[in-house]
Amino acid sequence: MGVEQKLGNMGIVTAKLEDVVNWSRTNAMWPMLFGLACCAIEMMAAQASHYDMSRFGMELMRASPRQSDLMIVAGRLSRKMAPVLRRLYDQMPEPKWVIAMGDCASCGGVFNNYALVQGVDEIVPVDVFVAGCPPRPEALIHGVITLYEKVKGEKFVTPT
Amino acid sequence: MDTKLEPIVKALQEQFGASYEEFRGEVHMFLSSGQIIEALTLLRDKYEFELLSAMTASDYYPQNTPRFHVIYQLSSLAKNITLQLRVPVNGDQPKVPTATRVYETANWREREIFDMFGIEFEGHPDPRRILMPEGTEGHPLRKDFPLGYEEPQFTFNFEEIDLRKPYAKE
Repeated sequence: MGVEQKLGNMGIVTAKLEDVVNWSRTNAMWPMLFGLACCAIEMMAAQASHYDMSRFGMELMRASPRQSDLMIVAGRLSRKMAPVLRRLYDQMPEPKWVIAMGDCASCGGVFNNYALVQGVDEIVPVDVFVAGCPPRPEALIHGVITLYEKVKGEKFVTPT
Repeated sequence: MDTKLEPIVKALQEQFGASYEEFRGEVHMFLSSGQIIEALTLLRDKYEFELLSAMTASDYYPQNTPRFHVIYQLSSLAKNITLQLRVPVNGDQPKVPTATRVYETANWREREIFDMFGIEFEGHPDPRRILMPEGTEGHPLRKDFPLGYEEPQFTFNFEEIDLRKPYAKE
């Protein structure tokens, strides 16, 4: 069933602008190409041919924060790296989202010590947490799909 | 002990009055901080210890005084032997003269020891922290440095911790 059946004779589709914009955002989300630790290996696996994240419109990892709208924090974040991560986040254009991938990024994981940030939500606002140490590529893809569901429900104006 | 080490240990004992300890074939010589540069120079020039293969420190608080040991591990590639030198350092105002003029490689090792233990190296060309970010308080590998940074969140204390946890703003 293609779009032709829905068009009818008039060549017009009616939809809410919010729905159309959010739909377009979800299906062309470009993650930023950077990894902090071993989770990045799983992120690469999710990208590669076997799991193939580009099925969901994520065929491009952008090496520049200025061209990306999704930040996947893949790995543990050290206190020394934290200002750099925040700066990368600030350089991304709006709208932007963050996935904290793995236990270390979500809550510090096994590293409850002086050197690491205990959850990247101290540094950047996180939309989706993906559990696992490291999460399998399926888990990361599920996290991305979960983010899509969240984005589809976003409103242009926050009701007051 | 390796027979090639015996004359070296004897020379250090005679010249510096260094005490000596052996554990599973590893030889440790104890020197004071005033003697260490002279001893390192002697070992490098006369006994062919051309490599400072490791340099570290250890904190024996609260069992031992003085609490710190600065440890120099020297290797001789020509003779295939290693020798450890230890310098005990007091806890308040710990200071050791820098070894960078004898072994160039000591530069970053001393910065790391300063970062982790707070032991100062007098005359060091670049006495900054190397691992922790600038502005960190305290020295993490000291035994009296507080353990852990954050209390784990369980169901019984989830909300209490959630209230005081710093969250990032947009």
